[in-house]
Amino acid sequence: MNFPRLTHQRLVALFLLGCALFNYPLLAVFNRALDFLGVPLTYLYLFGAWALLIVALALITERGRL
Amino acid sequence: MLPGWLLISAALAYLGLLFAVAHKAEQSAAQGRSLIANPAVYALSLAVYCTTWTYYGSVGRASVSGISFLPVYLGPTLMFILGSVVLRKILRVAKANRITSIADFIASRYGKSHLLGGLVTVIAVIGILPYIALQLKAVSGSFDVLVGGGVRGSQAATAILGDSAFYVAAAMAGFTILFGTRHLDTTERHEGMVAAIAFDSVIKLVAFLAAGMYVTYGVFNGFGDIFAQAARDERLAPLLMLPAGGSQYGNWVALTILSMLTVVLLPRQFQLMVVENVKESHLRRALWLFPAYLLVINIFVLPIAIGGRLQFAEGFDADAFVLTFPLRHGHEMLALLVFIGGLSAATGMVIAETIALSTMVCNDLVMPILLKHWARRLERMPDLTQLLLNIRRGAIGLILLLGYVYFRLAGEAYALVAIGLVSFAAVAQFAPVLLGGLFWRGGTLPGAAAGLGAGFAVWLYTLLIPSFAKSGWLPPDYMDRGIFGIDLLHPQQLFGLAGLDEITHCLLWSLLANIGAYVTVSLLRPPNRAEAQQATLFVDVDSHTVARRGDWLTAASSAVLIPIVSRFLGPARTREAFQRYAGARGCASIAELPADTGLVHFAETLLAGAIGSASARVMIGSVVEEAPISLDGVMDILDEASQVRAYSRELEEKSKALERATTELRVANTRLLELDRMKDDFISTVTHELRTPLTSIRAISELLVADPRMDFADRVRFMGIVMSETERLTRLINQMLDLAKLESGRAEWAAVPVDLNQLADESVATVMPLLSEKQIEVAVVPDPTQPVVLVDRDRLTQVMVNLLSNAGKFVEAGSGRITVRVYRNADDARVSVTDNGPGIRPEDQELIFEKFRQGGDVLTSKPSGTGLGLPISRQIIEYSGGRLWVESTPGMGACFIFSLPCHKQVQIQARGEFPND
Repeated sequence: MNFPRLTHQRLVALFLLGCALFNYPLLAVFNRALDFLGVPLTYLYLFGAWALLIVALALITERGRL
Repeated sequence: MLPGWLLISAALAYLGLLFAVAHKAEQSAAQGRSLIANPAVYALSLAVYCTTWTYYGSVGRASVSGISFLPVYLGPTLMFILGSVVLRKILRVAKANRITSIADFIASRYGKSHLLGGLVTVIAVIGILPYIALQLKAVSGSFDVLVGGGVRGSQAATAILGDSAFYVAAAMAGFTILFGTRHLDTTERHEGMVAAIAFDSVIKLVAFLAAGMYVTYGVFNGFGDIFAQAARDERLAPLLMLPAGGSQYGNWVALTILSMLTVVLLPRQFQLMVVENVKESHLRRALWLFPAYLLVINIFVLPIAIGGRLQFAEGFDADAFVLTFPLRHGHEMLALLVFIGGLSAATGMVIAETIALSTMVCNDLVMPILLKHWARRLERMPDLTQLLLNIRRGAIGLILLLGYVYFRLAGEAYALVAIGLVSFAAVAQFAPVLLGGLFWRGGTLPGAAAGLGAGFAVWLYTLLIPSFAKSGWLPPDYMDRGIFGIDLLHPQQLFGLAGLDEITHCLLWSLLANIGAYVTVSLLRPPNRAEAQQATLFVDVDSHTVARRGDWLTAASSAVLIPIVSRFLGPARTREAFQRYAGARGCASIAELPADTGLVHFAETLLAGAIGSASARVMIGSVVEEAPISLDGVMDILDEASQVRAYSRELEEKSKALERATTELRVANTRLLELDRMKDDFISTVTHELRTPLTSIRAISELLVADPRMDFADRVRFMGIVMSETERLTRLINQMLDLAKLESGRAEWAAVPVDLNQLADESVATVMPLLSEKQIEVAVVPDPTQPVVLVDRDRLTQVMVNLLSNAGKFVEAGSGRITVRVYRNADDARVSVTDNGPGIRPEDQELIFEKFRQGGDVLTSKPSGTGLGLPISRQIIEYSGGRLWVESTPGMGACFIFSLPCHKQVQIQARGEFPND
């Protein structure tokens, strides 16, 4: 399983994005006593960012063949 | 409340089902249709990461500290995003080296060291004990909750025999032993186990989601309802957010990093992700499937936790909320499902972890010791497979027993997640040596051992021992004051570092010590040969230049290798493996396998699959004379290379020589053709020369026959012509024979000292009658030093006569004058014969020395010689080491000169021999 060079770089970039999303200060920005449709912002942000990463990961790896 | 018998029979039924799944998978594998060879099953098997910690513990953790349970799942997601770099490399290295466990991996990286393998095993076993205890606590806890109706009793007070955890431990041990050590595999891969664990992962996910849905939508009115109620509750509102404060983010990040590392480093994760991996390409899809699984199983954790806090009083165990909900609301079947889900989470973890650990204990701890100290006794055992299996069974039992002991000693003081994190911190100690070894060549065995040792020691001091202390097994002073009462050594505020939670604190100090020792000690000396060689195999695994040559330079035959391998794998499996290898090498049978280094390497990797790389090396070394790449080996390899270079140079030279020879041959051929043409010319000339006198003899004879009345005077004149022509013919033939002899070198030479003055006088005397006839004046000018030369006297006389008679032929009768002069020129003695004839044209001066060439126009003037005199003379002079040439100006006469080297010693003798006249 050798990823093409571009896929490889995308994954590294995604990793860095993940590190930024789950870290101070971005975490602090979304860590507020607000809610969206009754769901707390912190909860929404963490699961949303997480899901985003997974979807991006799936897209990148599954299209890595191109 | 559920009756105990129902729970027990449900649990047994579930375990039976697992057995069936495993059996089915192994059956299919035997038929060549592997059930686990697809990315989804691979990803599900990786979900063994989610244990009862996730299943029960996360809820408990979330009910106290809100969403801060999440980093344990975010970390693995980040690690899997980076999978194309780290995981893929680990996978590739492990496959190339037939790695059987994480201990094997690390030991192999640092030169196949027993010491390191053993150290990693000890750290792993001790480090994992709390984790095992966690599973026991969770399962027995869930049992107690269901039987007791949601309120747990205190196990610490109960006797062992009344403790459900003890029975859980015993049942787990029995089940794992039955399940995991039925037979010994050549590759340490367990199709059945992987299938069962994937099945477990499905069950626990379904059960947990069922419970989550029930709580969120059955008990409450969805997420919004739960969160809204929580927001109104001042106790619960903080749980919806991360706790504020800088050190809280520090804890969050530390947990993320910790789980990033452990998702690779936990022995069971390594086992399932690396060792049990069927195909490298499965990792591609698992890279996102596994994080997706983590996300899904965590969605309902916070709602259940907050819901539990909203519904139940403080006395309820938050770790058991997921069970308490259905039980309290009378959904006992759902409660049973949740119980089974929890059981599946626990069994999956215990099976995978203990099998991985028992492999490590057997291969990297017990076998090396046995091989070292019991080698004799082992040699007497023909089949060691049973011994290996028993060691593993013993190891499984012991690990579960120790896990239970830890549970009894320290389990009560902690919630589930806290116990698990203790293990995480221990396992994280492998990170520097493993990841460092994967990307850095400089790591050495002492460095790795120092790093692991230091990290482990700090972990023991700051995390494990305090966990006993908190349970009351150590004096409270230890916790309050630090060891020896030194405040700076406070176990959880080391060097006064306060404000971090205990996991972050331990992680910080232990990894600092670990990395520091690893790097510092590694840099004390350059890697030795074994370390450098393994470093290349690990760091450069993707480089195509790394040939998997193995480090055996000694060859061995299959007859030697099969017995040693079959002692560990059993004869049938060994035969089968060698047969396959023979097939792959293109040999019809095992006997045909060439006894080479490749075969030795194959046997080593085969054995490594069963007993680990370090032990395999020792075993193969016992039958194969060990010859790792030594200086001589390197020299041999270099030698080969230089020989190849030498050969190519030789070839180059040979082709050049061939070219030269071809050129020479071409030249020689040209010369041969030339000579052939010259021979033809010569023959035609000779026949022409012979025919001229013959023609005149014939014509005169015919005249004499035709006219019998011819008068006597005419008759005499004609007979005279016939005689002279015959003489000429004879002379011609003699000279030709002479020339042939000279040219072929067959002429006989009798070199004697000859006085040139004397010779000149004698020669003149010989030709005098001929010359006086034409009234030619001859003068001899001798040299006063009487030069002597070493020549054949008769031949030199022949030359002199020839030159004199030639001169006589060309001078005018009456006025002709010939001067013979003997003189010296440096070391040469010279004789010149000068006449006053017509001279020779410059263009003819070399020509006259060729055969049958004469001066002047041959066509117009009658030839007066044979045309062979001068060529013969030149041959004689040159043969005697001298030179013969002519100097002439047309109309002023010609001067023939020859020079010969003087012979000094002979000259002295000659003075006596040839007295001055």
